[in-house]
Amino acid sequence: MTPFRYARATDVTDAVRLADGGARYLGGGTNLVDLMRETIERPAALVDVSGLPATIEAHDGGLLIGAAVRNTALAEHPAVRARYPVLARAILAGASAQIRNMATVGGNLLQRTRCAYFYDEEGSRCNKRVPGQGCDAIDGFNRIHAILGASPACVATHPSDMCVALAALDAIVHLHGPDGTRTVALTDFHTLPGERPDIETVLAPGELITALALPASPLAARSTYRKVRDRASYAFALVSVAAAIDLEDGIVRDVRLALGGVAHKPWRATKAETALRNGPATEAAFRAAAELELADAAPLAGNGFKVELARRAIVATLGELTGETA
Amino acid sequence: MSVLGDAAAKAKGAAQQVMKKAIEVAPDSWMPGGRPDPLIRRQHGHVGQPVSRLDGRVKVRGEARFAAEVPMANLTYAALAYSTIPKGRMTGIETAAAEAAPGVVLVMTHRNMPRLNPPPLFMTASKAAAGDDIPVMQDDRVYWNGQPIALVLAETQEQAEHAASLVTVTYNEESAVTSLAAGKAQGTEPGSFQGEPLKIDIGDAEAALAAAPHKVDVAYETPRHNHNAIEPHAATLAWDGDNLVVHDCSQGVAHVAWSMAQVFGLKEDQVRIHSPFVGGGFGGKTMWSYQVLGAAAAKLSGRPVRIALSREGVYRSVGGRTLTEQRVALGAQADGAFDAIIHTGTVAMTAHNALPEPFIVATRSAYAAGTFKLDVEYATLDMIANTFMRAPGEAVGTFALECAIDELAVALDMDPIALRLRNEPEKDPTSGTPFSSRNIVEAYRAGAERFGWAGRRAPGQRREGDWLVGMGCATGTYPYYRMGGGAARITLHSDGRALVGIAAHEMGMGTATASTQVAADRLGLAMDQVTFAYGDSALPGEVLAGGSQQTASIGASVMAAHQRLVGELLKLAGNDSPLAGLKPDEVESADAGLRCVAAPDRFESYASILGRAQRDEVTVVAEAPPPLEMQHWSMHSYSAMFCEVRVNAVTGETRVSRVLGSFDCGRILNPKTARSQFRGGIIMGIGLALMEETQFDERKGRIMNPSLGEYLVPVHADLPVIDVIWNDIPDPHAPMGAHGIGEIGITGTAAAVANAVYNATGKRIRDLPITLDKLM
Ligand SMILES: Cc1cc2nc3c(=O)[nH]c(=O)nc-3n(C[C@H](O)[C@H](O)[C@H](O)COP(=O)(O)OP(=O)(O)OC[C@H]3O[C@@H](n4cnc5c(N)ncnc54)[C@H](O)[C@@H]3O)c2cc1C
Repeated sequence: MTPFRYARATDVTDAVRLADGGARYLGGGTNLVDLMRETIERPAALVDVSGLPATIEAHDGGLLIGAAVRNTALAEHPAVRARYPVLARAILAGASAQIRNMATVGGNLLQRTRCAYFYDEEGSRCNKRVPGQGCDAIDGFNRIHAILGASPACVATHPSDMCVALAALDAIVHLHGPDGTRTVALTDFHTLPGERPDIETVLAPGELITALALPASPLAARSTYRKVRDRASYAFALVSVAAAIDLEDGIVRDVRLALGGVAHKPWRATKAETALRNGPATEAAFRAAAELELADAAPLAGNGFKVELARRAIVATLGELTGETA
Repeated sequence: MSVLGDAAAKAKGAAQQVMKKAIEVAPDSWMPGGRPDPLIRRQHGHVGQPVSRLDGRVKVRGEARFAAEVPMANLTYAALAYSTIPKGRMTGIETAAAEAAPGVVLVMTHRNMPRLNPPPLFMTASKAAAGDDIPVMQDDRVYWNGQPIALVLAETQEQAEHAASLVTVTYNEESAVTSLAAGKAQGTEPGSFQGEPLKIDIGDAEAALAAAPHKVDVAYETPRHNHNAIEPHAATLAWDGDNLVVHDCSQGVAHVAWSMAQVFGLKEDQVRIHSPFVGGGFGGKTMWSYQVLGAAAAKLSGRPVRIALSREGVYRSVGGRTLTEQRVALGAQADGAFDAIIHTGTVAMTAHNALPEPFIVATRSAYAAGTFKLDVEYATLDMIANTFMRAPGEAVGTFALECAIDELAVALDMDPIALRLRNEPEKDPTSGTPFSSRNIVEAYRAGAERFGWAGRRAPGQRREGDWLVGMGCATGTYPYYRMGGGAARITLHSDGRALVGIAAHEMGMGTATASTQVAADRLGLAMDQVTFAYGDSALPGEVLAGGSQQTASIGASVMAAHQRLVGELLKLAGNDSPLAGLKPDEVESADAGLRCVAAPDRFESYASILGRAQRDEVTVVAEAPPPLEMQHWSMHSYSAMFCEVRVNAVTGETRVSRVLGSFDCGRILNPKTARSQFRGGIIMGIGLALMEETQFDERKGRIMNPSLGEYLVPVHADLPVIDVIWNDIPDPHAPMGAHGIGEIGITGTAAAVANAVYNATGKRIRDLPITLDKLM
């Protein structure tokens, strides 16, 4: 770990002031501290924002969730469990109880990829760490890597479970920066790698995540999250599916679908959604929609199975929500 | 090797063959274990009781001090930098930034490292303990990707790690062999293990296979595995003049003391290794560069050193299990009788170690067959030396063998248990020696009944919702080992307390507890009268906690010391004792004293004997006899492993839903600690089957998942309740009738899982781990 300065913010303006456009914000530290110990991140200063307001409030018929809310608290919140089960399930499918107790909403959004070559600061090349250096993952171990939206520069995935649910729920990220406040849709918050995989979000320097807004969503009550991984718990998703559906007489009135483990960002499956809307809730329709969404998939040597796995997981998850079995 | 050396080796080999034959044909009574240990008959003692761990209390209270926790004044903390190329020379090492970093006491590289001897490679001498014999940081050569190339000492761990990250190295890279394919292309060599070639030919197995009416001939692969003991390797150490004290986490304190002395050019007793608690060893806690580097840095800096490897550091600088490619071919008659067993293949090794994963060891004794062809070849790679990992050879060898038997059972349309029992040998099929104790048939009968094996259906026939359910079984087997060099000291006090000391190890298995039970019974004392001292190289004996041999080694050593003690006590008892005139083999220990076996009322307490002799205490030291029993009998532990899995038809995810291990491992000394050992082995076997895999990037020989986040081992959610039963039939030729049980649990388990996966899905997965993509 490289030595750094540390300050604790008392409120949002204090945090932004302390950061002064340069420092990194510290949430639970479960990702940032790891990366600092690996010397992948070497911030000169940290501003601890884990003590900022951690409330979950009613807001425009939905919820407003403080960025410092711990993952555990969010997953256990009665309104979340009742009205957004997909979110509670996604959070509980991630990491371990201990990590979730520490991890914050803000930090979860900004956690970085688990690509082994990204993590190997001393021994591997990575365009995300050092732009232009090259990528050792493309021809290396890439079982956990992206099948959608990748670029020749980077094939890493965003590892969060929570964000997949948030993408499906049309969550809005509230930001506060040196130049004031703004909001960004979660689906626009993370970026695809393109030629600059070191840039992962639209966050500007010094900008702080202050809250997440969950809009009212009648269909979210019928929602779920399915995570497929290499062991029963405490492993990142190979593929995950967040889905919410509104059915009427066997017809899909509305649907939300997002995928995890497949891309550099939580992947909102808009093509599949469009195909499903106002169509029959049948296995064949689910399959056709999944295939449409995955038509552009470009698997690597080690992750070809993910295309089929994602297809099956989509079909099975929609089937589970609608009572159809895959 | 010179011609002369060659001739000498041949002569030595011939002499060994003669000795071996002589031991095989000698009368039983000449052998250790020829007369069954009297403790086997003793029914109501401490042995066999489910005694809770004696060290449990200090461990759960956090009072047990592990190697990285031992306090020392003026301590410095070490961090390492590792190479990033597999082979070549360092052309420059830039250390100025590290030296200038805050808190730095010393930056050590090959340039200022003291000149030392190479570490003695395991099995090249009785106490050689090193995983490889590459001189530690002695020159600019790089032998593997991840080799320690610089050490920083600082006032805090964080300062040391920061400074270590500032060391930069330039290399002149040389072409390296980092893939098995490239290694094989350079040619393979025949492997040997424990001084014996890993090659057996009995009859013409290929011809018998070709002629057999039924056969399977299949290839299996197992990947590299890394050691992941919960306690990463660590030492806290200091020099006192020319004497070195190391608080280590060791499964071989006497071995490491001797080996460190060789490296530093010291006398053996100038090095003292303390290792009272070890957070898991599994074969990895022997001697690696960290002890040498720590001691050298302490010498250079003149200060005590704590060197605690990071998890990544363990992956980079401590070896693991190597990968294997195995062929198993079985030829059989219609009734299942084996005409041929062929088990051959290739493993990866380095030029600096000597453990070609001996995957045929279990096959040597498992089944009768008309012909055998067994052969382990190794290819030489530029990588970290591979080493022992729980059941080296057996864990992965039984995977291949026991899956192939399952495949043959399908081909023969036979129940796989019936096929195994059809080929039950009467004596060891390759050595010809009699079995000392083999009750695998009984273990299968008990296991099959308890598990409900009769309910197994044809492959792919049982489905519950999305889950395909299947059952599998496999035989596990692991040899009884007892290595030479065991010795023990007993000090008996006039108040009836005894101190039993032996340089053995407690790595969490329950050794300290079980050994106290055994010693208490041996001495006729209560548990709280006996103190078992261990984990200190100054104690007698060279007792490696490896090969599951500690139980036997400690047992035989304490037995020998007890015999000597009885002799001493009879001398001290003299003519005024009720024991007067009795010879040592006419008396036994009981009720804190000695009594005549034939006339139990002829008894005198230890207190009385010592009191009359005006002695406060009596101390004896004795060595265990050489372990000839291992050559006279074929001695093994066995298990019948049963497994039920559920494979998700949609995603291919596998969950183990039931496991039963039915064990035949001699007498169980402590059911409570034994159950944990069996379960721990089975859990590791489930990990071996379903998820463990070192991601070794063959392009540059680098391990890419050096972390418990990415190197998967089973978590609780992966494990069902693990049922364990045993038959408790003593081995008449083993001390206490007992076998070590540390490794048997992992053997057979992976095959039972894989066979259950086949039964569930109809799919044969022959390369581990069985990940979901292979089942989709
Ligand atoms: C072993 C392990 C297993 C895991 N498994 C899973 C899993 O299965 N699924 C999963 O989804 N996750 C998993 N995680 C990741 C975990 O969810 C993240 O580490 C966690 O959510 C990060 O939150 P944090 O508050 O600790 O973030 P930190 O580590 O504190 O910060 C992470 C990043 O967010 C920035 N940041 C924090 N707060 C703010 C803010 N308010 N505004 C702007 N920037 C901010 C930091 O500067 C930093 O860049 C795992 C982690 C570990 C260590």
